[in-house]
Amino acid sequence: MNSSAITVILSATIIAGTPILFAALGEILTERAGVLNLGVEGMMLVGAVAGFSTAVLTGSPWLGLISAMLAGGTMALIHGFLAISLRSSQVVSGLALTIFGTGLSGFLGKRYIGVSLKAPFVKIGIPLLKDLPFLGPVFFRHDAMVYISFLLVPVIWYYINRTRPGLNLKAVGENPSAADAAGINVFRTQYLHVFLGGALAGLGGAYLSLAYAPSWLENMTAGRGWIAVALVIFAAWDPLKALLGSYIFGGLDILGFRLQVLGVMVPSFFLKMLPYLFTVLVLVISTSRRSKYVWSGPGSLTKPYYREDR
Amino acid sequence: MFVLKVAVEMKNISKTFADVVANNDVSIKVKAGEIHVLLGENGAGKSTLMNILSGFYTPDSGEIFIHGKKVELTSPREALKCGIGMIHQHFKLVNSFTVAENIIMGNGNSALRLDMKAGIEEIKKVSQEYGLQVDPKAYIWQISVGEQQRVEILKVLYKGADILILDEPTAVLTPQEAEGLFETLRKMAKKGCAVLLITHKLDEVMEVADTITVLRKGSVVGTVNKADVDKRKLSEMMVGRETFLRTGKIDNHPGEELLTLDRVTVLNDKGIKALKGISIGIRRGEILGIAGVAGNGQKELAEVIAGLRKAEDGRILLRGENITGLSVFDRINRGISYVPEDRLGKGLVPGMNIQENLVLKKYRSAAFSRGAFLKISKIREASREMIEKFDIQVSDMYSPVKFMSGGNLQKTLLAREVSDTPDVLVTSYPVRGLDIKAMESIYDLLIEQKRRGCAILFISEDLDALFQLSDRIAVFYGGQVMGVLRPEQTDINEVGLMMMGSKKTGVA
Ligand SMILES: Nc1ncnc2c1ncn2[C@@H]1O[C@H](COP(=O)(O)OP(=O)(O)OP(=O)(O)O)[C@@H](O)[C@H]1O
Ligand SMILES: [Mg+2]
Repeated sequence: MNSSAITVILSATIIAGTPILFAALGEILTERAGVLNLGVEGMMLVGAVAGFSTAVLTGSPWLGLISAMLAGGTMALIHGFLAISLRSSQVVSGLALTIFGTGLSGFLGKRYIGVSLKAPFVKIGIPLLKDLPFLGPVFFRHDAMVYISFLLVPVIWYYINRTRPGLNLKAVGENPSAADAAGINVFRTQYLHVFLGGALAGLGGAYLSLAYAPSWLENMTAGRGWIAVALVIFAAWDPLKALLGSYIFGGLDILGFRLQVLGVMVPSFFLKMLPYLFTVLVLVISTSRRSKYVWSGPGSLTKPYYREDR
Repeated sequence: MFVLKVAVEMKNISKTFADVVANNDVSIKVKAGEIHVLLGENGAGKSTLMNILSGFYTPDSGEIFIHGKKVELTSPREALKCGIGMIHQHFKLVNSFTVAENIIMGNGNSALRLDMKAGIEEIKKVSQEYGLQVDPKAYIWQISVGEQQRVEILKVLYKGADILILDEPTAVLTPQEAEGLFETLRKMAKKGCAVLLITHKLDEVMEVADTITVLRKGSVVGTVNKADVDKRKLSEMMVGRETFLRTGKIDNHPGEELLTLDRVTVLNDKGIKALKGISIGIRRGEILGIAGVAGNGQKELAEVIAGLRKAEDGRILLRGENITGLSVFDRINRGISYVPEDRLGKGLVPGMNIQENLVLKKYRSAAFSRGAFLKISKIREASREMIEKFDIQVSDMYSPVKFMSGGNLQKTLLAREVSDTPDVLVTSYPVRGLDIKAMESIYDLLIEQKRRGCAILFISEDLDALFQLSDRIAVFYGGQVMGVLRPEQTDINEVGLMMMGSKKTGVA
């Protein structure tokens, strides 16, 4: 393999990892507030179809992007209402959201199957940087959404670790009662981050329909939402590790395709299985750490908060 | 004398949980600059009233005035804005955060960036002003309970509270730490703060209170000046009759050694040595008290005896038989019973009713089941008997035990363990948070077992209780035994010092 083949593979890896990265960043924000949202897959699909239809109707991928975020966020608010206000089981409500989103997106997207997008996100090289040897072709010849994801990682990391609202967010996720006693508005913090999580999942979905494909296909997320959920654990709720993890998954995703091109005889079903197999492995490894001393996620994750509880 | 201003006035407060009336038309006035103690039995409604004042509970009816102004305390945030800060019975701290992060979180400051350096400087200023020593950079899980309490106090002071509520703050402190806390409280009162204090210990009331309000069954019995009352009068107001605390030192001579720990080493959850090669023995008919600040190896001691925790090194002998490697189940069958400190987590199943909890260890026996089926009527009958024998107050045999009061939970738990007629009984903090009446009945229960010949390990941080009940007291510090003393040959001060690490040579 020569160096240009490697840069092509790495560049494709980043593209394949980007939708997962958006969704995982969103889920990190949601879970940091103590809310588990298993509806990522559903929110991504609804985001994908909302973004695509808006882009087709308006001719602007940017409006599509905004509409995808609003759609994903709105979906998440349904979960928020059930999980935060009604204190129902977060697992059940999240699963329901995925099923609902899958159906809803299929229904809304029927008429967009086979429709082509006139103005998808296109690749724009970043002046100067794009000409760097090796780094240029791998990182700086992408579409705008990839650059947005590059920016979001440090921004979200900084938000969580270096700002006051970030500290309050972590407090809510660890111990909502302590946060409440300290004067933090638990209710608002949770709703806000559930919404943001949904918006980012919608963004991940929109990346598939507005840049990656770009077209609408029923069920086009193909399990990426679930990978994002697993990735959050792998990344230990840290945006920087989520970046790494997303690209590993992205790499596995395209590996199958590339190996076939190179003429390696591996059954395609086996290759398609790889990311999911890896997900299972990651879950096994990251949850079987021996010492309880290791921080294993926000302390109140999945536990509804009610102030007058005993 | 100048006239103190009223800082807090609660008028006709009522609060009901499901069918429990926790507060019934309660009115109370607290002046700025005074220490006001709330007194009452378990379930009298003290915590409920204070939770209402700190914005945690919403009252069903009633009005609250702060510095003469009517306020709606709809959330802890609103209460903090009115200058009300509460230190809860169970601390409200984020364990994975540092001390500084806990104090800073939730602050009104609108700056986006988190400036830890400036925050730590401010914390140091407040901590110096009140003489509350803390290490801002330490993590909560690393520091002692006493330090955690200082963090809680600093937190509310840092937020500018001038009305301070403390719910049973001394339950977890050594006598010396408690003295330090009272010093701080007096200092705050002198600066014009209103201090509200809940405690069950009458000695403490007589030491720090200016004014005392007694609650019984949700209603105010009366508000009195300390100068006008004594301990006897107060306990009468609380329970409606006089009370006496018995002592456990009845004259049965302890028999042979039943349980022996031989250089036992145990790790805690963090993988650090919690017991460092300790050796102790308990005899038949003896109550061995274990004193120490929580977190010095007592929990691990109880768990290694019960079989819930592995001994890394050393042996445990029961009647001379080595049981070090045996399972919990085998140990139960050999007569070891364990009453954990965590009544509702490990001891009882919160969501199950009292009957189910009472037969939890025995439902497999032929008396209560046939094959896979439970003999419900037999279970009900046996439960009725136990409830009567141990005088447990239950409103409903079918409602989840989590709604029972602390004293009744403890009785239920002990009833279950004791009905097995164990040879060895390990009890962790059995009277923690209990009022005098409930404490009395638990003491009676333990003494009854001792008379029967049971070897009892009695872990407690309440030195009064230890002195009243124990035949010998072993003081734990840092996973080691600092000394074993006879209560009649020592005093609370000496034990208090040993609890903080000073060693006593010579063994009783
Ligand atoms: N969150 C709650 N949900 C249901 N019942 C409650 C709740 N809080 C208190 N109660 C009930 O209200 C009554 C008063 O409880 P409260 O905790 O105020 O008593 P207390 O005086 O603080 O007692 P203790 O000395 O044991 O702390 C009890 O019967 C208790 O079971
Ligand atoms: Mg209480």
